[in-house]
Amino acid sequence: MKRMTRLVPALYILFLMLPIYWLVNMSFKTTNEILGSFTLFPKQFTIENYVTIFTDPTWYMGYVNSLTYVLINTAISVVVALPAAYAFSRYRFLGDKHLFFWLLTNRMAPPAVFALPFFQLYSAIGLFDTPVAVALAHTLFNIPLAVWILEGFMSGVPKELDETAYVDGHSFWSFFLKIFVPTIAAGIGVAAFFCFMFSWVELLLAKTLTSVAAKPIAATMTRTASTSGYELGLLAAAGTLTIIPGAFVIYFVRNYIAKGFALGRV
Amino acid sequence: MNKTHDNRAWFFVLPVVALVAFNAIIPLMTVVNYSVQETFGDNVFFWAGVTWFEQILRSPRFHDALTRQLIFTFTILLIEVPLGVAIALTMPRKGPWVPVCLVLMALPLLIPWNVVGAMWNIFALPDIGLLGRSLNALGFDYNFTRQPGDAWFTLILMDVWHWTSLVVLLAYAGLVSIPDAYYQAAKIDGARPFAIFRYIQLPKMKRVLTIAVLLRFMDSFMIYTELSVLTGGGPGNATTLLSIDLVKIALGQFDLGPAAAMSLIYFLIILLLSWVFYTLMMRNEQQ
Repeated sequence: MKRMTRLVPALYILFLMLPIYWLVNMSFKTTNEILGSFTLFPKQFTIENYVTIFTDPTWYMGYVNSLTYVLINTAISVVVALPAAYAFSRYRFLGDKHLFFWLLTNRMAPPAVFALPFFQLYSAIGLFDTPVAVALAHTLFNIPLAVWILEGFMSGVPKELDETAYVDGHSFWSFFLKIFVPTIAAGIGVAAFFCFMFSWVELLLAKTLTSVAAKPIAATMTRTASTSGYELGLLAAAGTLTIIPGAFVIYFVRNYIAKGFALGRV
Repeated sequence: MNKTHDNRAWFFVLPVVALVAFNAIIPLMTVVNYSVQETFGDNVFFWAGVTWFEQILRSPRFHDALTRQLIFTFTILLIEVPLGVAIALTMPRKGPWVPVCLVLMALPLLIPWNVVGAMWNIFALPDIGLLGRSLNALGFDYNFTRQPGDAWFTLILMDVWHWTSLVVLLAYAGLVSIPDAYYQAAKIDGARPFAIFRYIQLPKMKRVLTIAVLLRFMDSFMIYTELSVLTGGGPGNATTLLSIDLVKIALGQFDLGPAAAMSLIYFLIILLLSWVFYTLMMRNEQQ
């Protein structure tokens, strides 16, 4: 019985890995092999697809652009969310509940609804086709998320910490930056991770707000898939490379990831 | 926590309000503006009142997309939630395998949505994909680009692949928060596994499962990118869910009025769901 139950997670992980395996497998094949035969392993092993991506600026600049707006977005979201989350976790103020709900509704706003107005808004203020435009647009759902996660973590810190610090003669900002922020460092890490993640995986807004100069890697891939016919190997290699940043950062938050999804409320 | 009443806390939330308002209110007003006007191009607009809203609410096309959306959402919830709980229950609680399981399971959540779509497209192609080829070898006539049933099967399988881990992680976090003493007490009382599940594990998971169900509910309502890469809403309109239909109208046909009206109706549906979510969460919190 015990051994049988171990099978369930094992089979599930196998199911998760199969499509990823197929993608990686395909990324090491030549176009001829992909279209000409059905092989479980690359027979003519090639790294040419990866070489193309790392030498062609239209490809590798896609990664640079994506990472640029993701990092700008993460920085903005976490920095402005910190004081707001502190206010929600420590104070009651006029309209606090309504404000919190309004923030939540933006986490739930379908990007498809905002695509066209965002295009017009960011064109009007001259930010169209810059990483800043995408970074700002993604704050629409990432700031509410960061506020929620941080508020959850901050509510777990007893208020006595604040009071003791004031008794010890700390000013508010000295307490906030030197005592409070280090105390909830794990929460900040988790919030940053989630901002990174949701900005990294989103495509619709990123694609709508860029054309050439700031084109994200995801959009470069879509173009390849639709216009230049069957360059499946190249597409697979580009896809494989987009998995790596996520796999890398996930390791650092493995113990907190559920707490983040639960908005700090496990 | 007893909170101090202090309206100066508004200064702390001001930057957030300013940024989110810029991104939410201006675009929303643009949409409202379009939704009540008619345009024939050249930036000439006429007042159209509620014409577009009536047109959308009466159109069979919108009804069909909404119906498909609801079928999709309820199907994936019915699969992902029980499956996620079952996997969380069978996962090891301690030992070297725990971090391995967590990292591997979380991996699909970190893959860009268009890559998820492209990956499943490649995986399911009947001639060169592992899944498609295997199904055809087993004697099924499988082709997700031609047959609506197969397209739905692939779409649901993809969503299960993509998001079940979210339910697993949340349920697992709820489970590990149960102290060992509870299990020991149950053992002394001679409780059966099902009783342990029903009276100890399920109540402890209630809070995180509420979040899981509602997050999945709302996010599945917004599904766009994976779906547009996988099937593009086809074959025909078979898998055209709400957001696909909206983008077709707004960016494809550039029918600004109807698209804006549909956006607002769509957004109102989600707003209603968010309200239910928020109320449930707050009630949970108070308990």
